[in-house]
Amino acid sequence: MTHHDIVIIGGGPAGLAAAAAARKAGVQDILILERDRVLGGILNQCIHNGFGLHTFKEELTGPEYAGRYIDMVEAEKIPYKLNTIVADISPAREVTYINREEGLVTIQAGAVILAMGCRERPRGALNTPGYRPAGIYSAGTAQRLMNIEGYQVGKEVVILGSGDIGLIMARRMTLAGAKVKVVAELMPYSGGLKRNIVQCLDDYGIPLKLSHTVTQIHGKERLTGITIAEVGPDRNPVPGTEEYYSCDTLLLSVGLIPENELSKGAGVSMNRVTSGPNVDDRLETEVEGIYACGNVLHVHDLVDFVSQEATLAGQNAAAYVLRGREADKGRQVPLLAENGVRYTVPQTLNVDTMEDAVTVRFRVADVYKDRYIAIYYNDKLISRKKKKVLAPGEMEQVILKKSSFADYPDISRIKICTEVE
Amino acid sequence: METRNLICIGCPLGCPLTVNIEGEDIKVTGNTCPRGADYAKKEVLSPTRIVTSSIRVDGGDIAMVSVKTKSDIPKSKIFDIMKEIRAARVDAPVAMGQVLIENCADTGVDIIATKNVARA
Ligand SMILES: Cc1cc2nc3c(=O)[nH]c(=O)nc-3n(C[C@H](O)[C@H](O)[C@H](O)COP(=O)(O)OP(=O)(O)OC[C@H]3O[C@@H](n4cnc5c(N)ncnc54)[C@H](O)[C@@H]3O)c2cc1C
Ligand code: SF4
Repeated sequence: MTHHDIVIIGGGPAGLAAAAAARKAGVQDILILERDRVLGGILNQCIHNGFGLHTFKEELTGPEYAGRYIDMVEAEKIPYKLNTIVADISPAREVTYINREEGLVTIQAGAVILAMGCRERPRGALNTPGYRPAGIYSAGTAQRLMNIEGYQVGKEVVILGSGDIGLIMARRMTLAGAKVKVVAELMPYSGGLKRNIVQCLDDYGIPLKLSHTVTQIHGKERLTGITIAEVGPDRNPVPGTEEYYSCDTLLLSVGLIPENELSKGAGVSMNRVTSGPNVDDRLETEVEGIYACGNVLHVHDLVDFVSQEATLAGQNAAAYVLRGREADKGRQVPLLAENGVRYTVPQTLNVDTMEDAVTVRFRVADVYKDRYIAIYYNDKLISRKKKKVLAPGEMEQVILKKSSFADYPDISRIKICTEVE
Repeated sequence: METRNLICIGCPLGCPLTVNIEGEDIKVTGNTCPRGADYAKKEVLSPTRIVTSSIRVDGGDIAMVSVKTKSDIPKSKIFDIMKEIRAARVDAPVAMGQVLIENCADTGVDIIATKNVARA
């Protein structure tokens, strides 16, 4: 079996940044496996701008941001295989891939970095009565059809779900000459970034109806219209609030889920909230030598954070293959997400062997105004920071310092939560 | 004095900005970085946007090349610009950064490619 020091699954921004960082840390033998015909991942179809301001101090479009990392990988001559699907990863880090030139091949990896990104929730998530006529797309599919394949997707459009892809597509279709009639969102708040509501909906006078859902789909062969209705606190439609919109296209932007079939096969333990692997501060999963970063770990809205996270995964995988595992990782302390904090990444902290500062990212469960974000070591309050607004659509972070644990020799848990007063 | 609440679109952080306008004097608070203040001033005086879209490519390995306005353009010109972008066709190959439409819709701003498209 061929051996490679680090094998990276996925050549999107996460895989590329991880590769660049691992090479910089001194690992020569790296291989990136990508199932698409090009590197760059989802960014190839995200042609809007707003990427990379924090990393490059410049506002780039998706393809331009990906291009920066592809250039780094090319400059470092890091090998990659395109049109190559990884079919299996074993707990012993044997990676099986398939492509046309080589067929089915299994290689041995010193370390594996999972960077497979995420996929859209299937449209089965839409529990509406009626037929399934042509003209219903997931927002990401419509984005690919328009931006890469050059199809005109529709003329009169309704969008269900106000996640970022739905908002971006509302503007994209308007600019392409379509009439976007309404964006309906089940929740009482938008799951997308505020800036996208401003520049994709408000700029074009597209109404956003919160607490609304699609109750009926009209048309047999081709979509002719949809009915939306307001939902009550139980998220069930309120009778009498139905409104009909004629349309030939319905886009569904109902969320993303990390692409983790492979991770499960590798025996990695999964987090119920993120749908991604559980990791420690090194971004190592519970299987030794298997790391995870980017949207496969938890869904990100900012690619800059993906690149940062992936850099860390690349560095840690490099340290592992170059120096092996230390005899003792020291104390491992769980991070608990409570009272309005839905999850944290990482989920455990190696307090004795951690970096001087570790960034913990998380999302909140609802829209909160004037709440505190509190950190506890065991039951002792360590810090409290007031936030004007917290929203599930925006990822939050806190930084934990290694030095802060010096006074807590008996630490058994770290709690991150929101507090009202 | 007039007060306006804006969301900065400078980057996806989307900071909530408060703008106090007193004649020529514009004060901005709530911004995390200097771009936020610049954005707020521009937004109240003369709003601009970067427009991104895609242009059909003949003979390329993919059908569309993604494009953007090289700098921001007046918001009121968005649809004039889109009209020219939608009518345009280019031949492969296209290189990232290449000018595909000069002085689009008389804004003085060029449309440039944001990805490479090789010949099929
Ligand atoms: C529509 C949309 C709009 C966005 N807008 C913004 C924005 O304005 N600003 C911003 O900063 N961020 C934005 N983001 C977020 C950012 O683009 C993503 O968080 C980032 O691209 C995630 O990178 P990734 O490498 O984890 O995943 P991806 O880009 O999805 O890459 C994963 C790669 O893995 C490959 N892969 C998967 N499974 C396999 C397998 N079995 N074998 C081989 N290869 C495999 C895939 O083909 C893909 O290339 C947006 C995201 C989306 C979806
Ligand atoms: S003020 Fe700065 S950090 Fe905040 S949204 Fe604007 S550009 Fe981003």
